[in-house]
Amino acid sequence: MNYLQQFLFGIYPYIALAVFLFGSLVRFEREQYTWKSESTQMLHRGQLRLGSNLFHIGIIGVFFGHLGGLLTPISVWHALGVTHEAKQMLAIVAGGILGGVGLIGLLILLYRRFSNPRLAAVTPFRDKLLLLWLLATLGLGLATIPASMGHMDGEMMVMFMEWAQRIVTFRGDAASFAAGAPLVFQLHIFFGLTFFIIFPFTRMVHVWSGFGSLGYIGRAWQLVRPR
Amino acid sequence: MKIRAQVAMVLNLDKCIGCHTCSITCKNVWTSRDGVEYAWFNNVETKPGIGYPKEWENQQKWKGGWQRNSAGKLEPRQGGKLRILANIFANPNLPEIDDYYEPFTYDYEHLQNAPEMQTPPTARPVSVITGQKMEKIEWGPNWEDDLGGEFSKRSKDQLFKDIEKEMYSTFENTFMMYLPRLCEHCLNPACVASCPSGSIYKREDDGIVLVDQDKCRGWRMCISGCPYKKIYYNWDSGKAEKCTFCYPRIEGGQPTVCSESCVGRIRYLGVLLYDADQIETAASVANEEDLYNAQLKVFLDPNLPSVIEEARKQGIPESWIESAQKSPVYKMAVEWKVAFPLHPEYRTLPMVWYIPPLSPIQAAAERGVMGRNGILPDVKEMRIPVKYLANLLTAGDEKPVLAALDKMLAMRAYMRGKSVDKTENLEVLQQVGLTQAQVEEMYQIMAIANYEDRFVIPSSHKEEVEDSFNDKASCGFTFGNGCSGGVSSGTLFGKKKEGSIIFVDMPKSRKKAAQESGAD
Repeated sequence: MNYLQQFLFGIYPYIALAVFLFGSLVRFEREQYTWKSESTQMLHRGQLRLGSNLFHIGIIGVFFGHLGGLLTPISVWHALGVTHEAKQMLAIVAGGILGGVGLIGLLILLYRRFSNPRLAAVTPFRDKLLLLWLLATLGLGLATIPASMGHMDGEMMVMFMEWAQRIVTFRGDAASFAAGAPLVFQLHIFFGLTFFIIFPFTRMVHVWSGFGSLGYIGRAWQLVRPR
Repeated sequence: MKIRAQVAMVLNLDKCIGCHTCSITCKNVWTSRDGVEYAWFNNVETKPGIGYPKEWENQQKWKGGWQRNSAGKLEPRQGGKLRILANIFANPNLPEIDDYYEPFTYDYEHLQNAPEMQTPPTARPVSVITGQKMEKIEWGPNWEDDLGGEFSKRSKDQLFKDIEKEMYSTFENTFMMYLPRLCEHCLNPACVASCPSGSIYKREDDGIVLVDQDKCRGWRMCISGCPYKKIYYNWDSGKAEKCTFCYPRIEGGQPTVCSESCVGRIRYLGVLLYDADQIETAASVANEEDLYNAQLKVFLDPNLPSVIEEARKQGIPESWIESAQKSPVYKMAVEWKVAFPLHPEYRTLPMVWYIPPLSPIQAAAERGVMGRNGILPDVKEMRIPVKYLANLLTAGDEKPVLAALDKMLAMRAYMRGKSVDKTENLEVLQQVGLTQAQVEEMYQIMAIANYEDRFVIPSSHKEEVEDSFNDKASCGFTFGNGCSGGVSSGTLFGKKKEGSIIFVDMPKSRKKAAQESGAD
């Protein structure tokens, strides 16, 4: 393990998560007017309905798949009687399907975004960067599947779980668990972590509000503000 | 009983000349900004026509407003809460900007800068969105002005429901009227109900419906939820915007800009007291034709001692109770019943009401003999079919509209008798059920329409709710983030809102040429 890997897998995750959390907080506190989904549906519908739904279903599924898959303690899986092989199979199948759905959606969205002159005119650089970054991250994620197929014993997956769990429990030796992985995994992790850094500076912040909007279900229809 | 007050509006369509002054003054004040060039918080439509945005009244298409489900409960036509959330990634009922129109300006500069050429230079249209030249302008906010366009297209108008519309395609039988439209500031707003972020709200003190610009996340469900299509998506800021009822003016006791600038004096503003506990019942009555009367029952008589006492107890300021007693809106809508809500069948309980227009007695012109209803001309023979007006104002029930038109004719007959023949024609008043005092007041308010009779607006009592010392050196109206709007153009978190900006910049190519040549 060299110093770059120590930085990328041992220190960079904390930087990324700190920027993600504090950036979101500061933006919510200081610049709420900029906090929005930035929908362009009104300017050009195109294939938005298909693309956006596929993309969101895929990407939300992949996100929660990573969250649950990486951070659920291994002992829990053992207690449930899930072997490492079975869990890896689950990760490959579920991740492959959801990632594929998300990728198809993203490609539709990218085509829509870049083929329409109105959208081209109103899309800021940061939006283009965001979409392409997502494409790269998602593509790299899907590219790890063939590498995983090579060793179906699930041990590498367990290494990543160790890495992630040691990161969130502040154990200093986390980096060594990810450093040995093939390059495509390392790149995927780097792009994924960097995505958290981009997050608060783009319209990605609408994700917070998307989860927040679940509160709508329990709300009264009408809202009246007293003086 | 929960008493609330609302500043409501009445528009006397009998006097609207379709001059668009209200739209222009409104646009200059509120929507002369990037992203809302296409939006007209107030617009004037010529009816029959499909309107702005296209076919806004076609709720089969746009799914706006409320519907009553089999259990007798109301839910937005676009779906319940789960359906709305499920559509959050792409709203299937959202109009595209072409349903309004692609905002454009003209390349005026070319008129001055064109090189010497064989033909005179022209100022071609330029899209405000892309900055590119447009081949042809296909649609605009008042494309059908004064019956522009073919009847076959205009007659998609939903108000022709249950009318044999073909006969109105001929020149001899054609008819038209103007319909100025703005946000209805409903008692049961579908936009508020559709907002997943809870950013739209109705103000308790004056009933104005506003969008909290800081809280809006651009989920755009309000746009499809509103059956009047009076919430607009600002494509530049990504937020929903709507008519504010000029609340800074209303708070100061001044009329809205559209009302103030109306050259025909057709607009009235006044306070209505209503019982908020009755809203749900009134909006959920089974039969659509009963909705108008159900809404009338929500309003409270501000002259009843019991209402006054209860209103005081619930903290309605004395000046608001007094204004409610003098309210021209209460008189026209509730007392005389000459003003009606716009499309009560949407079940939103709208609070901008309309007096239906009179029109020439069509059949009489053909026959040479005027049909009569007692001593009044028969309003059923008017050029504008009563059914058409009823489809607009009473969910298709002709009786209330006929009664209102009769009252207006009776007022004219009585006043004509009084000032020309010097006789007081009481028979005509009896026929329509008006007293002499009422008709005199109707004449004063509806025909003379003095400023102070049209606008009875109590100023808000801010001093009771906030310490005005904290407002010292504040910014007043802003687009969120306190005073930070209008200072710098960029931040780490995206573009900041600037103050007023011209619609579209010079095309980049020419800008470069102008800089190179040293011209400004």
